[in-house]
Amino acid sequence: MAETQNLFSNMQHSRDAVCRADGLACARGAITVFEGVSFSLAAGQALCLRGANGSGKSSLLRQLAGLLPAAAGTLTHPDPAYGTHYLGHEDGLKAVLTIAETLAFDAALAGYRADNDAYADIAARLGLAGCDWQFVGDLSAGQKRRLTLARLIMDPRPLWLLDEPMTALDAAGRALVTDLAEAHLESGGMIIAASHETLDFADAEVLLGPRR
Amino acid sequence: MRIFAAICSQHMHLSWRSGQTMLAVSFLFIAITLLPFGLGPELNLLRALAPGLLWVVLAISLLTGLERLFQADYEDGTLDRLLLVPLAFEAVVLAKLLGHYLALVLPLILAVPLAGLLLNIEAARLPVLLAAMLCGSPALVLLGGIGASLAVSVRRGGLLTVLIAMPFYVPVLIFGAAAARAGLETGVAVGPYLGILAALSAASLLLAPFAIAAALRSALR
Repeated sequence: MAETQNLFSNMQHSRDAVCRADGLACARGAITVFEGVSFSLAAGQALCLRGANGSGKSSLLRQLAGLLPAAAGTLTHPDPAYGTHYLGHEDGLKAVLTIAETLAFDAALAGYRADNDAYADIAARLGLAGCDWQFVGDLSAGQKRRLTLARLIMDPRPLWLLDEPMTALDAAGRALVTDLAEAHLESGGMIIAASHETLDFADAEVLLGPRR
Repeated sequence: MRIFAAICSQHMHLSWRSGQTMLAVSFLFIAITLLPFGLGPELNLLRALAPGLLWVVLAISLLTGLERLFQADYEDGTLDRLLLVPLAFEAVVLAKLLGHYLALVLPLILAVPLAGLLLNIEAARLPVLLAAMLCGSPALVLLGGIGASLAVSVRRGGLLTVLIAMPFYVPVLIFGAAAARAGLETGVAVGPYLGILAALSAASLLLAPFAIAAALRSALR
């Protein structure tokens, strides 16, 4: 089962990858949300974005994912179509699908197909039971959050953009995120996370707003 | 290609499981059943009006399904995700439209002969009507998709979708009904009408994915 092994492969990311922002600004309509934001991230490093509500943490992540154009400044980042995972506030989950069907779609978007045992393994690793029959609509907020983490495991991409990764998660769930993040950094990945909490895996912080 | 197939089949799967397909087909039947109550039970009148009525009801049932074509994905964040797959976003859009067509529009067209029975339509007229619908319906879906993508960020934007898409439906309905009429009369060629319908569909197929992708991209900003 060569394809199934793919799911747990400990892939090494390129050590040359960088993610850099120079004098980045973000505008929402006529309002400048932030400006003059600069940082640089090398392989194996993690950055935590901090700032009050409305300071533009999520907007910065969307800019890094290529979903929102930068109002000024330059961004250097991996090609989003191949190199970026973006876990935003909306989970992109479908209530009428089962966990296994959701994972099968994740696998297909990553370009491969696996069998139900492999999906059950992943669900178990994320602390989710009833892979074959449990509908996503019946999961709790924390369980849905766990299910979105499957994308990070199933499709190895160098840059992870995580918006409030600890939201709704219990202690075990937070430990799971930290474990996944540390393994990702060890294999040469990069993480940029927006959070109000202390993230154990973050090497540096960028404080957004208030505007000067 | 695997990603294209996955997006297409997931859309069909969701459409079927959330009851969209059954809902649209039931809507078509209810609307057709109601018509004789409004028009009176004269068989000749119903028969004469049937092709045009079936076209209009098909267009309306199709539009009711279009509201959720991109909106569900927009609201739950799936569209963000589909922008980050190694496939051109225009192709992603096309995959969703194909899924929508197979899951919703094809069942509607297949239900038309049965609905035609209720309007006392002759069996001889059905093949031409069906051929016209098969030629013209891709244009209806693709043009409606433009409306749906422009209204995607509006909550309860279904009516707005209809308002945007309806004017574009006029040529398809004109030639669709004309094809059905021509099929009835001897000596009138049906081919040119079907050709024009197919041309409308082909032109929409070429242009709509780009328009829809652009509209969705700007909505996601």
